[in-house]
Amino acid sequence: MGHNTLIQPAQAKPIALRRTERRLRGRLLLPLIVAGLVVLPILNLLSTLLSPSFEMWQRLWETILPRMLGNTLLLLSGVGALTLIIGTGMAWLVTAYQFPLRALFERALLLPLAVPSFVMGFVYMATFDFAGPVQTTLRAWFGQSFRPPDIRSGWGAILVMSLVLYPYVYLLARAAFREQAAATYEAARVMGYTRMQTFFRLIVPLARPSLVAGMALAMMEAMTDFATVRFFNFPTVSEGIVRLWEGRMDRAGAIELSLLLLGVALCLILLERTLRGKARYHQSGGASKRPPRAPLRGAAAALAIGANVALLGAAFVLPVGQLIAWALSYVQNSSGAWRAVFAQYALNTFGLAALAATVTVFLALLIANGVRLRGGRAARIVARLATLGYALPGAVIAAGVLLTLAPVDRAINNIAQQMNWSAPGLILTGTIGGLMYAYVVRFISVAFSSVEASLEKVKPSMEQVARTMGATPLRVLWRIHLPLVSQGMVAAAILVFVDVMKELPATVMLRPLGMDTLAIWTYMAAAESFWEEASLPALTILAVGLVPVWFLMRVGNRAEQ
Amino acid sequence: MPTLRRFIVLALLAALISAGANAAAAQGRQIVNIYSSRHYGAMEQMFVKFTQETGIEVRLSQGSPQALLTRLEQEGAQTPADVFFSVDTGSLVLAAERGLFQPIDSEVLRANVPEALRDPENRWFGLSQRLRTIVYNPDKVDPSELSTYEALADPKWNGRLCLRPATHVYTISLVASMIAALGEEKTEEVVKGWVANKPQLIDSDTRILETIAAGGCDVGITNHYYVGRLYAQNPDIKVKIFWANQEDRGVHRNVAGAGVTANAVNRENAIKLLEWLSDAEKGQAGDETGLPGGNYEYPVNVRARLNPIIEAFGTPKIDALPLSELGKYQKAAIDLLGRAGY
Repeated sequence: MGHNTLIQPAQAKPIALRRTERRLRGRLLLPLIVAGLVVLPILNLLSTLLSPSFEMWQRLWETILPRMLGNTLLLLSGVGALTLIIGTGMAWLVTAYQFPLRALFERALLLPLAVPSFVMGFVYMATFDFAGPVQTTLRAWFGQSFRPPDIRSGWGAILVMSLVLYPYVYLLARAAFREQAAATYEAARVMGYTRMQTFFRLIVPLARPSLVAGMALAMMEAMTDFATVRFFNFPTVSEGIVRLWEGRMDRAGAIELSLLLLGVALCLILLERTLRGKARYHQSGGASKRPPRAPLRGAAAALAIGANVALLGAAFVLPVGQLIAWALSYVQNSSGAWRAVFAQYALNTFGLAALAATVTVFLALLIANGVRLRGGRAARIVARLATLGYALPGAVIAAGVLLTLAPVDRAINNIAQQMNWSAPGLILTGTIGGLMYAYVVRFISVAFSSVEASLEKVKPSMEQVARTMGATPLRVLWRIHLPLVSQGMVAAAILVFVDVMKELPATVMLRPLGMDTLAIWTYMAAAESFWEEASLPALTILAVGLVPVWFLMRVGNRAEQ
Repeated sequence: MPTLRRFIVLALLAALISAGANAAAAQGRQIVNIYSSRHYGAMEQMFVKFTQETGIEVRLSQGSPQALLTRLEQEGAQTPADVFFSVDTGSLVLAAERGLFQPIDSEVLRANVPEALRDPENRWFGLSQRLRTIVYNPDKVDPSELSTYEALADPKWNGRLCLRPATHVYTISLVASMIAALGEEKTEEVVKGWVANKPQLIDSDTRILETIAAGGCDVGITNHYYVGRLYAQNPDIKVKIFWANQEDRGVHRNVAGAGVTANAVNRENAIKLLEWLSDAEKGQAGDETGLPGGNYEYPVNVRARLNPIIEAFGTPKIDALPLSELGKYQKAAIDLLGRAGY
């Protein structure tokens, strides 16, 4: 046998080709290891499912499961539809039309990206519920019997989440609309399409991958939220997982229920892939000119401005104004002991978010490029699995990370004990190491979709030409890919940064002592109805979130010129 | 490219600085590390006072009782926490059962905390008492119409109730105490009666009280100290307290308390903190620097003075159910609430 293997067909391949194959395999190894490490906590969780408990599923089915499943589907379709409409509509309005203040609105529409949904939730709750100022005023005008529908409901949660999540769609839609060449657009107009027809028959289908990616991001975020839906009495499966985990201390139950969420996430990803289609649209020709904007006048211009003002008012001005009013009142009426606490919390939050963003984006680039270079089926599946984290609630991921790292920590301490060294303590789960791990698992898909989407911009022909001319793969990556994807990487880093700042459950479970973040402070205070105290950290998350948003505006603007 | 590179360098710098600042802050001082599920403004003030008097620095990590308990268990012997402070008796009982606390033999604590309000083996100690009771709008409801939690299942309260959702530990503990007194079957009937009255579910006791005062509903169930807080801001607010079940078992009580973790590194400091918190003049003071006084709770130390606002509420009959029983019925209560569609 040993002799026979020497003359297998593989041996017959030209030596040069074999060398290339080996090199490619080597380059795929590192991305695979990284992807594997990202998948590991999820796999560890899944392995606890080998013995499903039918008794538990039956109990769940008899109690909270049907309502939670229904609510989850309602929330997902509501948020998906609303963010798609708002995001695409506004992106089209600001790229295709000219009206007064257009440039200002174009940037301002990104602002709600800085507002965490649970902050939006408690501000809307405090403002619009029965005891809030709006209804109190309305009752003063229309009498005590005035009773609008209760905001503590499904539509309240959908509205509030869509108002802060639409920028995901807007951002990606706007980028896609801008990249569309004027030539394509002009061809459509020459064919006699109206602007509207062009939009629905050409622009939207061409931008579909971006639109669907943005919508999927928004839906996944909505799916993993537990704090906002709790404020609005709209229990979803995510909320149920946290409820089981915390309330019943039922870890096995929570983990099994999270499998259900994993299923929903898979459906969502499948849906995204299907909607995206197999098509890869590459613009031919060089950087072409953007189609000219059609000027709006009179009533149409007023309507356009009105739509922008209404949206920005509801999604940004109102929450920020209310938070500022509370914060001023808090600062005036409190003893001033908050200052030191506040400085520490701010430092913690910013440091964690920056580190997590950097690490996550580089790992995402590594995996995305690895998969792209040798897009074997196995590599694709691993990459897909590695990005499942975004669809899982932070609490579940934190559990997976604990399950994965705790034995390592114990082993390290055991070795130290045997060697008579001083015990190092929990160097993984007791430091920001564990937390970083959870952040990467949780948010790598945010970075991955963005990096992957921009890698798709790199035309296969570019790489082929460069390679033909003798450039090494590394040089191709550095000189061709990186400049082309840098915008995508920055966008990815910003999205991860903002997401980490808003993250609650995993941070609660894994942060080292003294690493309390602003989000934790906000949620705890808001849950106790200390609106004024909650406003201060909430405003800071918002303000820090504005820095990357401002950066995003500038990058977007430069791309424009 | 330059912007991207600049961003990366900035990000790494920021991360390094914050990590360094944290490490530097932890070097050799007298400290006590606390996992606390208590988050009230008054709390921090009290710790500031403790640090001023003893020189021991207090480091807090906050979270829900259950999340912190899970974390304690995962960390095992290596946990950095010296003290676990919980607003819910159920989680204290669970922590003791799972061996996360060590028994503390302190004469001071034994003298200050009555036997009924601490663990029989002295693994945890109650430090303040909160009573969950009925509240009403005096313009809409005559107190003679009110009697027990169970009576709120009567159809005459249809559309008039404000309750806290089933997710909250306060609701769960109340239902657990009802199961202990009435059995599961009768309790489920009562809870189904509440649900049939289509209560507004509001996940904030303060907001329930404000909604009642604004006329959004007539009757609710909240912890007593939220009423105390509102009275401190606005004595004329249209909400009044009614002590529930005075003719039978008494009003439902929960206790906030703390224990020293099994492997506490700063054990002595942890004990000092608990003793300080139980002292009638210090941690139990009726003014805003005291643990119960600052939050309008009832002190556990019988020698402590009551906060004047709480004193005006009178001294109700309290459900004598041993606190450890609350933990026992917690899971049953959660399932029951789910079955009843609450």
